[in-house]
Formats: sequence, structure tokens, C-alpha cells
Amino acid sequence: MNTTIMLFLVQDGITNGAIYALLGLALVLVFAVTRVILIPQGEFVTYGALTYASLAAGQMPGTAKLALALGIGAFAFDLFVARNALHGRLIVRSALTNIVLPAIVLALTVYFAAQKPPVAISIALSLVIVAMIGLYLYRVAFQPLAHTSVLVLLIASVGVHLALQGLGLLFFGAEGQRGPAVLSGAFTAGSLRFTGQSLTVYSITIAFIVALWLFFGLTLYGKALRATAVNRLGARLVGIRTTLSGQIAFLLASVIGALSGIMIVPITTLYYDSGFLIGLKGFVAAIIGGLVSYPLTAVAALVVGLVEAFSSFYASNYKEVIVFMLLIPVLLLRSLAAPAVEEEKD
Amino acid sequence: MQSRLPIIVFALVMAAIPFVPGMPPFWIVLLDNIGLAALVAMGLVLLTGVGGLTSFGQAAFVGFGAYTTAVLSTAYGLSPWLTLPLSLVVSGSLAVLLGLITVRLSGHYLPLGTLAWGLGLFYLFSKLEFLGRNDGISAIPPLSIGSFKMLSPGSIYYAIWIAVIVSALLTMNLLDSRTGRAIRALRRGHVAAEAFGVHTPRAKLLVFIHAAVLAGLSGWLYAHLQRAVNPTPFGAQAGIEYLFIAVVGGAGYVWGGVLGAAIVVVLKEVLQSYLPLILPGSGQVETIVFGIMLVALLQLAPGGLWPWLMSFLPERASGKRPDTSLKLDQRPRAPGESNILLQVDKARKQFGGVVAVNNVSFDVQAREIVALIGPNGAGKSTTFNLITGVLSATSGSISVLGKQVDNAPPQEIVKLGISRTFQHVKLVPDMTVLENVAIGAHLRGHSGPIASMLRLDRADEARLLAEAARQIERVGLADQMHQLAGSLSLGQQRIVEIARALCVDPMLLLLDEPAAGLRHMEKQQLAKLLRDLRDGGMSVLLVEHDMGFVMNLADRIVVLDFGTKIAEGTPATIKTNPEVIKAYLGVAA
Repeated sequence: MNTTIMLFLVQDGITNGAIYALLGLALVLVFAVTRVILIPQGEFVTYGALTYASLAAGQMPGTAKLALALGIGAFAFDLFVARNALHGRLIVRSALTNIVLPAIVLALTVYFAAQKPPVAISIALSLVIVAMIGLYLYRVAFQPLAHTSVLVLLIASVGVHLALQGLGLLFFGAEGQRGPAVLSGAFTAGSLRFTGQSLTVYSITIAFIVALWLFFGLTLYGKALRATAVNRLGARLVGIRTTLSGQIAFLLASVIGALSGIMIVPITTLYYDSGFLIGLKGFVAAIIGGLVSYPLTAVAALVVGLVEAFSSFYASNYKEVIVFMLLIPVLLLRSLAAPAVEEEKD
Repeated sequence: MQSRLPIIVFALVMAAIPFVPGMPPFWIVLLDNIGLAALVAMGLVLLTGVGGLTSFGQAAFVGFGAYTTAVLSTAYGLSPWLTLPLSLVVSGSLAVLLGLITVRLSGHYLPLGTLAWGLGLFYLFSKLEFLGRNDGISAIPPLSIGSFKMLSPGSIYYAIWIAVIVSALLTMNLLDSRTGRAIRALRRGHVAAEAFGVHTPRAKLLVFIHAAVLAGLSGWLYAHLQRAVNPTPFGAQAGIEYLFIAVVGGAGYVWGGVLGAAIVVVLKEVLQSYLPLILPGSGQVETIVFGIMLVALLQLAPGGLWPWLMSFLPERASGKRPDTSLKLDQRPRAPGESNILLQVDKARKQFGGVVAVNNVSFDVQAREIVALIGPNGAGKSTTFNLITGVLSATSGSISVLGKQVDNAPPQEIVKLGISRTFQHVKLVPDMTVLENVAIGAHLRGHSGPIASMLRLDRADEARLLAEAARQIERVGLADQMHQLAGSLSLGQQRIVEIARALCVDPMLLLLDEPAAGLRHMEKQQLAKLLRDLRDGGMSVLLVEHDMGFVMNLADRIVVLDFGTKIAEGTPATIKTNPEVIKAYLGVAA
């Protein structure tokens, strides 16, 4: 192997690793706040990517309709929960966020899809659509289960993943799609060629990690989210709305997922079911990070990306085996270092 | 003990089904699939619902079972009956390997870890040359008895359902035994179980192996039903689906696994065949509906369907009272018992910069009630944890009967005859009082898991339960024996903990705030019980905040404040000790 190939593999690994890092961060975030292991994270990726690609190709993405449908569902859940204490403001507020907003976005999507919108508008629309899906999804599927065990949440998460994946096939078909580059152009440094796209990936990932770090370290909402993660009851007692924390977490996760999707769809062809594997690799990183540490998750994600790149060169057949088996030594280490303290769990 | 009648009826019904005239052959195929899924789900019930270990990787064990027989019976021409034990051994030993790595993980690491190796193994199946890569292996010989070949779904039906019913019986037997109680205690954390000698990593590994062997059995049957294997049914999706089945049916119940398998298999079939008629169009409409139904079901019945169904049945009469005439052997006493049972010498425990216990020394002699008192945060419970091996001391030494036991694990401490209760009650709420107390006698029983499954443990089991019943009567809770521990008041639960500790046949009883939550009369009864125990030759070390209770009961009192011992003596001297008064009431007093 010569230096050029190696540098190329490193670059490839870092690009993929950056995406895994973002997904890993989102998983850590959602798990910490809501205890949901977000298997549908992969669907946020494909929805974001394929919505973007469809819009860019001048097609109407079905996800916009899904957002409206889920919004109506969320509205119904809101009304049902508050059925004994209904008042006008609550209904109007819920209707605005859950029905009017997605309806407007749907109208915009229909309008723009017909005329092949510029890249920026496609991106914005895709992000908003997937963000709404994430938000309403939490309201409809997870909020009613917020008090249950991690296992029940996990199974619900699997159910949501199956439904979303099935819907993905319905919306986008079995054909893979590619989207236009977010930033075209490229330059070379030595023997390496940097495309605008890969630079976008790096800079957005770094920006997000810094932003999350600032958000959790400095803002009141960030601190409230962390408080919810540590102790739901305690957080409620000091006046933090745990529902709001969950909504914020899902909103962030869906935006991160959609963004990751938009960043990779110009590089690789994505299918309706590609998200699962991509999300799982984010998982691997998140597990290595222990589902609590952001920096460790980011570093682990880069390692996963590099291992994947190199193993696809050396033993492409065993690429996935190697990536997932990477976990075993990590788990072994975690086992040996497992704390002896009691964990109260039900 | 569960009644056997419903199971016999169920077995007869299942046996009769193929003879129903006009039974569509397709239904038999469905029943075959239900049986195969039920076997895996049953293992998951034990693993996840009972043991609290979530695994997404069970499909991989099904794969091990299926591929083992596929390779051996095609490439090497072995008889399928010969490959059965081999299939089980392969899945079982791989479970040991993966289990050693993963079962020590707690909480969310375990499910995610199993998901990851489930995926990894799936890709391995589909890449290995000798497993036929993605095409798999075909032309697997059918099961046969003599010249009778089980070629049709109807003929292997019996093999599958015999396996299901036998496995269900063995699994239920296992749960209703000494080992089973240890497994059922796992979900509530390991400290309580370990305090009574349960080796929790071993118990976890055991359920892991049990679940893997059941999955392997399902795989073996699958290979000979389909007579071909390929990697698809052993992937992560399948692993996830098995977990669903268990949760849908009711993850805590063996028959919940069977019910869940029936519901999920039939539902999938119905959705696959009828949905396209209602909602024409491409796409996996059935997956969408399936996913949505799953979430809806969890929101409506998070505990699964089996307990929901069972709640319609009339409540079953409470269990039999064990025959308390059966005696359990006494715990072997150390020879030449010295007068000093426990010697704590300059014990110190630091958590980072916080000194929780600061060079504390005291002893407990034979036939003595010693009270450890002090304001909140004085280090009393930490001292208990040091003595019982839950925490290891930073420095200093602890000796039992003159022998140093520094940093021995809790399982070893209890063997020396030191048993304890907990400040925060640690009972298994969904087990009866009798079963909870019987965990205390864990070390005094001998039967292992295999004996329990085969019901060879009954004599041993009867003695354990008799001992538990005797101790429950001794603490005055005989009427509550068959109630669920979680339904008792907190004060009564503390008393149950004492009965459980007494089941160890201890020489020294460590009680952490036993009188908290008790009413006046109950406190007096407790004091009388403790005096009786002392007069019977036992020593008691207790932490307690109720001064009236302590002053009337204790022979000697040790006072801690901020981790340091500030006084020791008889109740009369402690009451007038200025240091103690200062610690409790402040300087001005």
C-alpha cells in the first residue's frame, strides 16, 4: 500500500467517521434525556437525504405529508390528554404547532417541488420536514411511554423504525438516489484532493459538536436537559418540563440525522433502508463512548470510520463483521472496569 | 408450584389439532413457525423478562443451531439426531463465550452489545465459504425415525411442539427452584442477592446459556423443517422480532412467550396476505402497520398480553404452607469459636476526598447486641457495607472469629455466618414473602439448575422452604407468607428482610434501621425477637435512629459522628456522654 492510498483511506474514514460522530452524538443526547435508544435515527438520515434528493430532482417527497399526518396525530394526543381541562389557548397553540405549521410546510413543498428549487431551499425544507417528523414522533410514540422501562422504550423504538422504514419504501421507492453536492468544487493539497462536499462534512460536524457543547454547558435549556437526564423526578420538582426536554432532544436528533443524510447523499447512493446500518455505526461509536460522553463518542466515531475504510480496502467482504466486532474488545474493557456499585432499576 | 392440569390440556389440544378434519395444511405450517418462535421467545422470557438482561442477538444463536446441523448433516453426513446435541453444544458454548464478555454489562450496554454482535455474526454467516455465503446450505436431510421421514410440515409438527412443551416445563421448573429464585432476584440489582451468597455473574451466564440453547434447538428444528438455511432469518431484524414476541406476550411469563409467538406470527401472516387487498400499492405496508400496532400495543398494555389475559381468571388460591417439620442442616460452625465474633480495626473508607469512615475500631462479642448510632451521614451504613464486603476498605482490617477477611466478596462473608438487612429494603416485589425469604437459605441448599429442571431438587427444595417458613413464623408474618413482598407495608418488608437474614443461620445479624416504619407494638415485638435471638446464642449489630428502642435493647453502643468513633459504652454511659450530646444536639446544649 502506498501513501496515496493510505491518505485516501484516511480521508474517506474521517469523512464517514464525522457522520457517525454526529449520529452518535444524537443517540447519546436522546438516550441521556429520554432513555430511548433511538433506532429510527437511521430513518431520519434517509428521510433527510431522500427528501433533499427528491426535491432537487423536482419530485414531491411523501415525507411532507407524513409530517402533516403525524402532526394531526400529535394534535389528537394533545387534545386527548387535556380532555378534562380543555381551554382555547391550549387548543390554538397545539393546532398551530401541530397542524398549521406542517400544513404550511407541505404547501411550500408542493410549490417548490414543482420548480426544482435551489440547493439552499431544498436543504431548508428537508431539515424542517424531518425536524417536524421527529418532534411529532416523540409526541405520538414516545411521550405516552415516557414513564416505562428502557426495554419497553427500546421495543417501541424498534416499532417506529419498522414503520418509518416501510413508509420510506412507500415514499421513495426501492431505487437508490443521489443528491447534488451541497458545495461543489474541489482543490488539491499535495496528493490529496479535497472536495467541497467533504469539507462541508468536516465543518458542519465540528460546528455541531461545538454548538452542542456550548448548548449543554452554557444555556439554561441545555442544563435543564442534562438535569432531566440525571433525574426525571428531580427535574420535574424544580420546574423543568420533562416533556419539553424530550421534545428538544428529538428535535435535535432529527435535525442532526437529516443533516447527516443531506451531507452524505451527494457522496453515496442512499436507499430507503440504508439508514439502519448507518445509524448502527453511529451506535457503535455511541456505545464505545458509553452513551454518556460526547468527546469520547466523537473520537470513537472517527475510529469506526477509519476501521471501516481500511477494512473495506483489505477485507471488503468482512467490512461489516469487523466494524461490529470492534465492539467486543470495547465491551470487554468496559466489563473489566465495570463499577461495583448498585444500580437501582425496575 | 403451578398446577399441571392446564399444561396437559394444552398438550392434548395441540396433539389433536392435526387430526381436525378439514384443517388447512397452511395452518399447520403456521403452527410450526409459532412453535419455533416460541422456543426462542421462551429463552428471552427467562433472559429479559425474568433476569432483566435484554438481548437482541438471539437470532444469531438460532443461526448457530441451524448452521451446525446443516453443515454436519450435509458435508459430513451425520444423522440429524446426532447433530441435535452438537447444535445445542455449539450454541451453548458460544453463549458462554459471548456471555462472559457481555453479561457483566449492565443497563443499556447489554442490549446494544447484543445488537452489535448479532449484526456482526449475521454478516459472518453470509460471508463464510463453508456456510455457503449468502446462498446458505440446501438439501439438508429431514428428521427421520426408522424409515419414517418427517418431510411434511405436518410430521415435524410433533417434534416442534414436543420441544416447546418440554422446554416450557423445564423452564418453569427451573424458575420454581433455588436457582430460579436467584435468577428472579437478578433484575432487582445484585447487592441483595450477593449478600446471601448468590454468585450473580454465574447466574446471569446461566440464563444466557439457557436462552441460547433454546434458540439453538429452535434453529436445529428450523433447519430440518426448511431443509435449507440461509443467513436472512438470523439477522438483526429477526433478533429484534424475537424480543418483540416476548414483550408482546408478556416478557415475565413462560407462556407469554408462546402467546406472543402465536400473535406475532399470525398477525404477520394476516397482514401480509390481506393488507395488499385493502391498500393496494407497492411497499411494505405490512411492516408499517406492524410497527404502528407494536407501539400502540405497548402504550395500551406495556406488560404484554399474558398478564392482561390472566387478570380475567379468578385469583388462584394461595400456595400450600410448607411442611415445617423438615429440618435443614445447620450451617457448619467454625471450630473453636472465640468470644470475639467481629473485630473492626481502624477501618477507613474514602470516596475521593470524603472520608466516610475514619479509622473506626470496635468489636462484637458472642451473645451481644451492639448498636451503631450517630447522626445522618455518620458513616453507619458505609461501615455495614465494609463489614459485609459490599465495599472494600481503603485501609484497616476487619476480622471474623480472629481471621482477617479484608476485601472478601459478600458471598464469602455470608458463608462465615454474617447476614444483613438493608436500609433501603431490597426484596423482589413480585415474588412472595416465602420465596424472598428462601433466598436467604440459598447457601444451605445444593441443587443446581439441571436438577431443578428435572425436578430432582424437591427434597432439598422442601427443606429450604420449610426453613424459610419457620423464620417467617418466627418474626410473626405467617399470615403474609404467600403474599407478594411488594404488597406489604414498608415496616413489614423490613421484618421480611430480617427473616431472610435469619435463614442464613447466622452467628451475627447486621440490621440496618430495622425499626424504621414500625408501629410502637411492632417495635416491642422486634425488640423481644432480638433479645430472644441473643439469648439463643446469636449476636446482633444494628444501626438505628430510634433512641428509645436502642437504649432499651442494646448491651453496648458505638457512636459515630462524621465517620469517626466518638464514644463507646453501655446505654447509661452513652446517654450522659458530653461528646454524644454535642454531636446530636449541637454545642450549645
